[in-house]
Amino acid sequence: MKTAVIVFPGSNCDRDLAVALKQVTGRAPAMVWHRDTELPDGVDFIGIPGGFSYGDYLRSGAMAARSPIVRAVVDAANRGVPILGVCNGFQVLTEAGLLPGALMRNAGINFVSRPVKLTVENSQTLFSSGYEQGETIRIPVAHHDGNYQADEATLDRLEASGRVVFRYAEEVNGSARRIAGIVNDAGNVLGMMPHPERAIESAHGSTDGRRLFEGLLETVA
Amino acid sequence: MKARVFITLKPGVLDPQGKAIHHALEGLGFSGVNDVRAGKLIELDLADNTSDSDIEDMCRKLLANTVIENFRIERSADA
Repeated sequence: MKTAVIVFPGSNCDRDLAVALKQVTGRAPAMVWHRDTELPDGVDFIGIPGGFSYGDYLRSGAMAARSPIVRAVVDAANRGVPILGVCNGFQVLTEAGLLPGALMRNAGINFVSRPVKLTVENSQTLFSSGYEQGETIRIPVAHHDGNYQADEATLDRLEASGRVVFRYAEEVNGSARRIAGIVNDAGNVLGMMPHPERAIESAHGSTDGRRLFEGLLETVA
Repeated sequence: MKARVFITLKPGVLDPQGKAIHHALEGLGFSGVNDVRAGKLIELDLADNTSDSDIEDMCRKLLANTVIENFRIERSADA
């Protein structure tokens, strides 16, 4: 599987994501800079990492979503290429219009950095086939703006069509309906606040994140 | 020509920052503050022929996230 990781000024989980992808796919991803205008030919997967792209100026993910490479990412998304946005990557995907809703300041105002329990709400997506439906998994979060909000009609539509993939099994940040991760209508774009790339090896305290990448490898490759 | 863009959270959208400011005001002994909402002010210095619809475009495409925010544009010829 040929993968790519987008790097913005202020990304800080790009290396973690690259290490996770290399471990699972056996091949290091192409690291693609925000000013590039094209993705590597024949890329099978694009990861948008966590961090604080452009210093979170204006709104988290807002500047990154308007950068040259994201135009190419949007084109790839429309062609059906699987795309995963983690944390700041999720914020970038909503700002770019690839996913509905917005990620606002945590309801409790504090930055939240700890492992959290998630319920796998839909194990039938490209990204979640490594999990059992309804399974509880443990993956760390580390964010200030993870409070997912959308209007009620959008939330109802997400729920009814199985697009809520991960839900917090505990109160974390005030997200509407405790949503932690959603996919787009076509099912090839996943945004999630928890960091699966930080739960790959036993030394991380959980390997539940690894199964996301393994499931993806199985479905894509 | 200058324009000021006021960006505010839509009514009903939770504003944790406004809440924190509210608590801090109460902590300082200011009573009678019913609610606080925090927003942003962006000042633009523009070419004289910039149209209203150009500025609105800027707001919709970047300055505001219309999922959660409203914007208001105030133009002034001088200052």
